Amino acid sequence: MLAYIIKRILYAIPILIGVNLITFMLFFMVNTPDDMARAQLGAKQTTPAMIAAWKAEKGYDKPLFYNTEASGIQKVTDTLFVNESLKLFMFDFGLSDANRNIAEDIKARMGPSLAIALPTFLIALVTNISLALLLVLFRGSVLDMSAMIVAVMIMSVSGLFYIIAGQVLFSKLWHWVPISGYESGWAGVKFVLLPVAIGVFAGLGSGVRWYRSIFLEQINQDYVRTARAKGLSEIAVLFRHVLPNGMLPILTGVVVIIPSLFMGSLIMESFFGIPGLGSYTIDAINAQDFAIVKAMVFLGSVLYIVGLILTDISYTLFDPRVTL
Amino acid sequence: MTLFFLWTDILVWTLVAVAVTGSWMLLRSPVSRQKWIMIFRSKIAMASAIVLMFYLAFALLDSVHFKINKPNGGAPIVSLLDMAMAHQKDFSERTYSAPFATHEYTKSIVVDAAGKSTQRYLPLKYVQKGQMLSASLKGILAGMLIAVVLIGLHLLWRSKGDFSMRLKTVFLGETQLPWRTAYGVFTLMTVLLAWLYVMSFSYHVLGTDKVGGDVFYAALKSIRTGVLIGTLTTLVTLPLAIFLGVSAGYFRGWVDDLIQYLYTTLSSIPGVLLIAAGVLMMQVMMDNHPDWFASTIERSDLRLLFLIVILGVTSWTGLCRMLRAETLRIAKMDFVTAAKAFGVSKWRIMARHIVPNLTHIILISIVLDFSGLVLAEAVLSYVGVGVDPTMYSWGNMINQARLEMAREPMVWWSLFASFIFMFILVLAANLFSDRVQQVLDPRNAQ
Repeated sequence: MLAYIIKRILYAIPILIGVNLITFMLFFMVNTPDDMARAQLGAKQTTPAMIAAWKAEKGYDKPLFYNTEASGIQKVTDTLFVNESLKLFMFDFGLSDANRNIAEDIKARMGPSLAIALPTFLIALVTNISLALLLVLFRGSVLDMSAMIVAVMIMSVSGLFYIIAGQVLFSKLWHWVPISGYESGWAGVKFVLLPVAIGVFAGLGSGVRWYRSIFLEQINQDYVRTARAKGLSEIAVLFRHVLPNGMLPILTGVVVIIPSLFMGSLIMESFFGIPGLGSYTIDAINAQDFAIVKAMVFLGSVLYIVGLILTDISYTLFDPRVTL
Repeated sequence: MTLFFLWTDILVWTLVAVAVTGSWMLLRSPVSRQKWIMIFRSKIAMASAIVLMFYLAFALLDSVHFKINKPNGGAPIVSLLDMAMAHQKDFSERTYSAPFATHEYTKSIVVDAAGKSTQRYLPLKYVQKGQMLSASLKGILAGMLIAVVLIGLHLLWRSKGDFSMRLKTVFLGETQLPWRTAYGVFTLMTVLLAWLYVMSFSYHVLGTDKVGGDVFYAALKSIRTGVLIGTLTTLVTLPLAIFLGVSAGYFRGWVDDLIQYLYTTLSSIPGVLLIAAGVLMMQVMMDNHPDWFASTIERSDLRLLFLIVILGVTSWTGLCRMLRAETLRIAKMDFVTAAKAFGVSKWRIMARHIVPNLTHIILISIVLDFSGLVLAEAVLSYVGVGVDPTMYSWGNMINQARLEMAREPMVWWSLFASFIFMFILVLAANLFSDRVQQVLDPRNAQ
């Protein structure tokens, strides 16, 4: 088990190097640091001296991959790629273009992101699975059919509308919850309520449909027929046989996103003014702060790969057929 | 007046050509012909297809551009849709007004001849009062007339001589395909559009926005953006996914390792961030090359093109993975071995024996991705990495309308318009893709 995990982590390294290479190419080769300097300083009155100063200040004045002026090992290490990208592996994100410590910012903003993302994830999981089981129990009935139509309708509305409608109804008209803002601890519950409810509702359509199709696939299997034949009630069949067997495909889809919950939700956080990583990313995109976007891309990829490893591990825990 | 092709226009018409030849090739085979008849046998699928057809028609109408050389030097680029809607495009009001309103939405201070200032609701400039009933009648009648003529022509074409017999079977719903539903939806849509169109000469049917622009016009113009992002992205995705997926599955070995490494790496980057990074870089690139475009419309078009390419390059991985798995399975089958034994070349085997057996996966993924891409445009525009802010798109409309909801009283119509236009398109696409998946997915075959 341990050996497998170590192997998987080693496997992740080339992928992360690839991620770095892609972001590096996007940020430094499609546009040279000179272009970025011009964009940051404003296009009008830039002199070569100003550009050079900006590049020196940001450390962007080194060659891309190979430094001919340095000696020995420094030929490779004293370059932009090593300086800007490989140090991310040490989770050293450096300073943002506004000269703030990115690692500190990320640490401080993880909490609020999780305060929204984790409850949304858990409540959505339970609601979706219970509703899907209910529909499978009544499969083919009017309830099932109409629920499926409603599910397609829920899926067809852009998430932005749910947020705007929720804010207008619950905050502006009925004054149940504040329209936006955040506080840590229990005082923050009133701020979290609406985003979580909207998040759960917006995902209801696709979620219920997906779980329902998983359970329906199981319900036609031979072992279910056997269970019915030995006289089990339909509810017992569902909970004792269909649900545990359906857990395996569910694990593949669900475990992989758990680590990414740290990244928060982009639109939810910016609409509700929650100081999490999602709104951090949006602010960075709007301010064209490349350092932060780069750090978030790297962090997101790491969390995704962690999710993949966790998926494999969870398989060995839940499926006795799989051994590592 | 000369015909003018924007970059995306060229791509759209290429896509139309590809789609027409593709469906012609598909329908030559009786098996897939039967499958498509199966798909359209569902009334819901037929109705959705008609709705999608209307959206497509608007997108295509908006993809034929003309450069009008004005004597005073300006050379605006307008599309056929702009020409049809010229009465709304060129006459904008001062500020907000509600749908079918005759006066502005907010009071303005007016100083009369005596020097006294009062607060009044100013009348709108381009609204003709009292036209409600007569214009409605005119619009509905015109819609009916167009629908009846077109449906009549279609009936005549399908009847193969016996028109009254055909009319009877269609009316009783005894045709193989649910033509009755199709004609019903068609009539409904035509009448509705004709009514809105005729009314738009006398009123602002969906109100006006902050600077007095007509919301109905904006929503219609947004159709092109939405449909283009939903369809053209596939044009970028498909060649990449098919070529890489089939190569990985067929050659295996190091080719497979390399391609797998490529898509694992790409898919491990969070999608929105990768798109954001790409769009940010594109912005810097376009800021540094102002010589690439001559006018605002060309700039926003170029930006749309880049966005589509970025979306395509970041979204081929899922399809590629599926195609690779399926190719692995097919490549072991007897008919491929036989082809190899006959000395058919590798590329020919891939093109003639493997790809045709992958069409169902490709088709399902095209229709499945469409609605997701239309929805993604709205989110991306909100995040600030979508289409150009000057371009008409539902995302931009929502983005502007968001702040209007905070006004007292609320300005709801921009949001309402983008909601309705998007909802109908995405719902139709979702319903249609459900049916396509149900019929084409071999796992559902009995």
